[in-house]
Amino acid sequence: MATRPKPKVAVWKFASCDGCQLSLLDCEDELLAVLGEIELAYFPEATRMVVKGPYDISLVEGSITSPHDAERIHKVRRASKKLVTIGACATAGGIQALRNFADVKEYTSIVYASPQYIETLSHSTPIQNHVFVDFELRGCPINKAQLLEVVSAFLHGRKPVTPPHAVCLACKLNGTPCTMVAHGTPCLGPVTHTGCGAICPAFHRGCYGCFGPKETPNTTSLSNQWEKLGVDSATLMRAFRSFNAYAEPFRKESEAHERK
Amino acid sequence: MSASESAAKSKFVLRTNQIQALIDFLRERGYRTAGPTIRDCAVIYDEINNAEQIPLGVADEQEAGFYRVKKRKEAGYFSYVVGAHSWKKFLNPPRFTLWKAKMDNGEMSLVVDEPQAVPHYAFIGVRPCEIAAIAVQDRVYLDGPYVDNLYKERRSAIAIIAVNCAHPGGTCFCVSMDTGPEAKSGFDLALTEIQETNRHLFVATTGSDLGVEIAKALKLEPATPDDIADEAATIKRAAGKMGRKIDTSHINELLQRNEDHPRWNHVGDRCLNCANCTMVCPTCFCMTVEDTTDITGKTAERSRRWDSCFTIEFSHIHGGAVRTSASARYRHWMTHKLASWQDQFGVSGCVGCGRCITWCPVGIDITEEAAAIRASSRGE
Ligand code: SF4
Ligand code: SF4
Ligand code: SF4
Repeated sequence: MATRPKPKVAVWKFASCDGCQLSLLDCEDELLAVLGEIELAYFPEATRMVVKGPYDISLVEGSITSPHDAERIHKVRRASKKLVTIGACATAGGIQALRNFADVKEYTSIVYASPQYIETLSHSTPIQNHVFVDFELRGCPINKAQLLEVVSAFLHGRKPVTPPHAVCLACKLNGTPCTMVAHGTPCLGPVTHTGCGAICPAFHRGCYGCFGPKETPNTTSLSNQWEKLGVDSATLMRAFRSFNAYAEPFRKESEAHERK
Repeated sequence: MSASESAAKSKFVLRTNQIQALIDFLRERGYRTAGPTIRDCAVIYDEINNAEQIPLGVADEQEAGFYRVKKRKEAGYFSYVVGAHSWKKFLNPPRFTLWKAKMDNGEMSLVVDEPQAVPHYAFIGVRPCEIAAIAVQDRVYLDGPYVDNLYKERRSAIAIIAVNCAHPGGTCFCVSMDTGPEAKSGFDLALTEIQETNRHLFVATTGSDLGVEIAKALKLEPATPDDIADEAATIKRAAGKMGRKIDTSHINELLQRNEDHPRWNHVGDRCLNCANCTMVCPTCFCMTVEDTTDITGKTAERSRRWDSCFTIEFSHIHGGAVRTSASARYRHWMTHKLASWQDQFGVSGCVGCGRCITWCPVGIDITEEAAAIRASSRGE
């Protein structure tokens, strides 16, 4: 069998903390197998070597927050056969999307000594608001096992197994009794996309919503129950306004509590 | 009548200090023993080999969306009811790898791992509704044209030490479903805990040859007429203390003709479609199959895991999901449980254990929903 060239994979960074792309390097045991199958053509976190595009798969981390990046993402799209966004910044705007609920000028004036040099957009937006995205991998940070699954799936032309249902299902598969029911600890699990393996409830903490909204989330009903557990509107507003604050269902729910 | 059945229904006394001997006997017989124990603030089921792992002097408070374990003054072994788990996790594991295959030089072959011994469990503390639930799952997995071998291997090897309920929970309604609070059959040995001042013992009813052997091996004394009267009184008291009830008369027809009842939208507004109810239900049996490959594409794996009719993917067919709204999913689930299950499997899909009520994070109550529909039913 003739050896075909390895698929070229590029890893791009936009506004983000680098945590998600580092998950790739964190795949210690599997890293050699990964590098055996792909050519890391562009990955500044790992190597200075740059192989020219086009790329078979681009993994994109981070959100769009500057005019320059709003241009750059189109170049990335043009250079990529498949574009996969990874993490809450790329899929929902990230924690930096808190600016979307405030005046970014006020923020820059507090954060920077010379804000006049800062060229930034009023909103932090997910990649799919700018270009077509082939697949979104959720999480803050992403789960490295899921990253491997998605890369494997794309390499072999199959559908990734990353179901969009609630964290609750994972809790139950693990046999973890529900925190909401067994000790009245509020949990975002019923409206949150699974993927982490339901880590927090196993440690008696409620889910923080790191993977963003699940399919068909009923945030209103969950909020009503949180209120019954004694949670006030300000806390509810903040619970929905974190890493996935700008994901539509979470945004609407946090705004509903802001108005109260 | 089989030899096994003729051996049934002799009543003995098991002393509280003989629970360890019971566990030891079962383990010597090659069973792995599983029973109730406390973890993460709830009664769960796990492997136990020591009587001390069984929660002593524990009560449970159960309401819609509410569960707490509390101390009880009297130190009973089984003075709570069903908790966060059900036995189905042992009979149909939540996740299971069905097969692996590898590709070598373009040839595909199955990877045969060391065959894993199928665990033989003795379940200690199986409640009457749970025995009924296992019987329901038997119909699903064993009685149809396609037998589920994974279930069959596990199911055929179990021993059941039942415990009749003396302290029904706030969400129990086995009396309505005619499944409890006393186990009538389907066990090897059934225990009723008798607890009065200065008197604490179990009345043990044999239900199979294994049960008779246990009575012999542990040298159990026959129960006295007083013991038997106390047992009957305990069960009668329990039957009067059901936390919930449901009117099951013509419920199949009732739900089938109310498919457009406004109550479904009412409950749909509350339902999180989180799937908790189906995961905790001891009769819900749905699962999905997932296929993956590794990064090299040279090994592939097929596994199955519990799934739920409350997820979108569950009914995803060409073009999208069949039931997109929460109300449609809740209606589908409840109608299946209480109504169409009867057409499909000849029994109710609900045994009245109350888990779906307790463990629903927003406290949706199947008995309340059924009553609401009955109260303003369409047509006759
Ligand atoms: S602990 Fe949270 S994620 Fe787990 S079942 Fe309860 S609500 Fe769902
Ligand atoms: S009925 Fe309750 S447990 Fe079931 S899916 Fe709806 S919210 Fe979740
Ligand atoms: S439907 Fe609810 S009450 Fe009925 S068997 Fe299932 S979990 Fe128990």
